[in-house]
Amino acid sequence: MDLGFTAVERSLRAEARAWLAAHVPPEPLASLETEAGFAQHRAWERTLHEGRWSVVSWPREYGGRGCSLLEWLVFEEEYHAAGAPARVSQNGVHLLAPTLFAHGTDEQRARVLPAMAGGGTVWAQAWSEPEAGSDLASLRSVAVRTEGGWLLSGHKAWSSRAAFADRAFGLFRSHPGADRPHHGLTYAMFPLDADGVTVRPVGRLDGKPAFAELLLDDVFVPDEDIIGEPGRGWRVAMSTAGAERGVTLRSPGRFTAAARRLVTLWRAAGEPLDGALGDRVADAVIRARAYQLHGYAQASRPGPADPAGAESSLTKVFWSELDLALHETALDLLGPRGELADTAGEAPAGGGWADGWTFALAGPVYAGTNEIQRDVIGERLLGLPKGRRG
Amino acid sequence: MRFALDAEQRAFGRVLDRMLSAAGTPAAVRAWARGEHGPGLALWERVAAAGVFQPAAPEAYGGAGLLPVELSVAFVELGRHGVPGPLVETVAALVLLGRLAGAGEAAPAEEWGPRACAGRARLTLAAAGGPYALDADVADAVFVVDGPQGAAGGAGRHTLRLAPGHGPVQPSLDPARRLARPHGDGELLATGPAVRDAAAHAAEWAALATAAQALGVGHALLDRTVAYARRRTQFGAAIGSFQAVKHRLADTLVDLEFARPLLLGAAVALAGDDPGTSAAVAAAKAAACDAAYAAARTALQVHGAIGYTAEYDLSLWIGKARALRSAWGTPRECRAKALGLYDGL
Ligand SMILES: Cc1cc2nc3c(=O)[nH]c(=O)nc-3n(C[C@H](O)[C@H](O)[C@H](O)COP(=O)(O)OP(=O)(O)OC[C@H]3O[C@@H](n4cnc5c(N)ncnc54)[C@H](O)[C@@H]3O)c2cc1C
Repeated sequence: MDLGFTAVERSLRAEARAWLAAHVPPEPLASLETEAGFAQHRAWERTLHEGRWSVVSWPREYGGRGCSLLEWLVFEEEYHAAGAPARVSQNGVHLLAPTLFAHGTDEQRARVLPAMAGGGTVWAQAWSEPEAGSDLASLRSVAVRTEGGWLLSGHKAWSSRAAFADRAFGLFRSHPGADRPHHGLTYAMFPLDADGVTVRPVGRLDGKPAFAELLLDDVFVPDEDIIGEPGRGWRVAMSTAGAERGVTLRSPGRFTAAARRLVTLWRAAGEPLDGALGDRVADAVIRARAYQLHGYAQASRPGPADPAGAESSLTKVFWSELDLALHETALDLLGPRGELADTAGEAPAGGGWADGWTFALAGPVYAGTNEIQRDVIGERLLGLPKGRRG
Repeated sequence: MRFALDAEQRAFGRVLDRMLSAAGTPAAVRAWARGEHGPGLALWERVAAAGVFQPAAPEAYGGAGLLPVELSVAFVELGRHGVPGPLVETVAALVLLGRLAGAGEAAPAEEWGPRACAGRARLTLAAAGGPYALDADVADAVFVVDGPQGAAGGAGRHTLRLAPGHGPVQPSLDPARRLARPHGDGELLATGPAVRDAAAHAAEWAALATAAQALGVGHALLDRTVAYARRRTQFGAAIGSFQAVKHRLADTLVDLEFARPLLLGAAVALAGDDPGTSAAVAAAKAAACDAAYAAARTALQVHGAIGYTAEYDLSLWIGKARALRSAWGTPRECRAKALGLYDGL
């Protein structure tokens, strides 16, 4: 067992640190959930790409550095420690790209990935529907065969940042006679500005307008924009879902950076570790370290870097609750200033706690609710019998 | 970096697990709780022969060199099977004596190291962990560290002595843990700052071993409870199919799975004598003991009334999960230290 970094890992860390120090915007960007902030974040993606830091774990031919999972973890630690902006391209980079690497064609990878890497194409995830959330397989949007492709129709909901994104990927019912709800689904990519697409922004909890629902009416998608075999989309989707829950969507570096800021806040308050709040600070720090070490353990495992199996459900429950614990504790620690929005004149310096809390609140809901993850853990990892569901 | 057990370390755990599964451990635990030590002592010799104490002593004193990762692997299994006795305390005493030997005071390590590593002597220790020595009535040596509280020390002198005996054995919440206050006086073995440093170092090892033991206890509780939840039916369905039950068990697994990297991370820190060792060990102990205790609560709830009965084996682990929380570092002390986790990194 060895927690030391190799020379290669250390030099990657140093290179990333130096580049970030020189390039991270000194002032925080506007929220990427707003139109202006979205544009600023898209520009940041371009800058990242020019430094070849936007997709470090991808192969070089697509603009990456071919980094191992461990190297990616190291890069992410530096990224978040530097206070670098949130990634507007995260749905593409962390969800669609792994799906294309696993199920796409060479032609699709060559066409889609470079534009994604540079922020030229920002992707939205179009999975959920008004009647199909946790029970994703009950989705009703359809893909109907047509000359050279498919026509998509239906209603997708809760699509993060879709109000300003360029393209989306989602699942459609293509073979209505299929014997089971998971069968007969097709995984398609489509443009958000195509004929037949209506994007309707929906304010989030904090009113920011990047969330959207999508109304699709005979939107044409050529065959080359179908991922995997038509009718076999569920299998493709499950590989996306594994990526969505595992360590790669929410990197440990994000939480260790927050944990450090929390300890700083606690020490600045000058309080001895006493009472329930002190315990919560310590617990959040302990859990951030647990998640960091969990990441190292994943990276040390032989075989596929981030197995898209049921184990990612453990990870998802853990990071989503950790994120909330870190931010709730910070807001409580701030006392009366804990209610100030980050844009308030007297918001705590080096803040971000308010936006961070708003974001963290959604963690137990998206990427498969924590209730669903607990079902997966219980049934697939512990071997408990299925309940009445499904 | 390679943050994973190697094949040999994994095999060590598997061998112990298999041996203890076959050894009728619960009966030995019950006898131990009644003060009948025979079966437990036989078990002690077997686990010692399998090498569980060797990672706590230098080769010169009968050990295998200081190997906290191997020690953690072993103590997870000892906890999983609920093996009774002053296991952690023997480790702490070995580490303490070994460290003193390194500081020039070799006689006690020469006398006790080889015998304890081979399972021919059981050691116990009262030190920073509290006023009590665990299982003093079966120990061949009851060591006592006296001195001002805290590793930072103070003006007072630290001493290590061999107690001449002990007071009455007091029951613990874990019937298989039996506590006694050592008598005063006895042979003075060493004195001065070297004792203070060695005792502080030994306390880190003891906390690590306790964390490992707790993790094993938590897994034993979870495994048994999952098996029960699959078997027991109510309302015409296995209770494990009810979400209220399933989700509690899932949370138990999450807690245990994320305590494990903290445990192994602490072991690695201890092996390297890293500056952040104390925080890493404290974090591991807090997380593992919390996870084990939560597992105990869940285990009891899911078993219903049968889980509340002494005759059902689950009780062997429920009490232990509670007792280990306060042994070798209370939750409050561990959290205070863990706040420094990122200081040295
Ligand atoms: C901030 C945010 C961003 C999102 N971004 C996207 C996106 O980009 N793309 C996208 O496609 N979707 C997105 N979603 C949607 C998200 O995936 C869904 O909200 C989620 O799958 C839950 O579906 P639902 O909201 O319909 O809730 P429901 O499925 O109606 O669930 C409501 C409640 O019932 C519980 N429940 C449901 N079924 C069960 C069960 N079997 N057992 C126990 N409890 C159950 C749930 O756990 C939940 O607590 C986002 C959501 C949020 C909050």
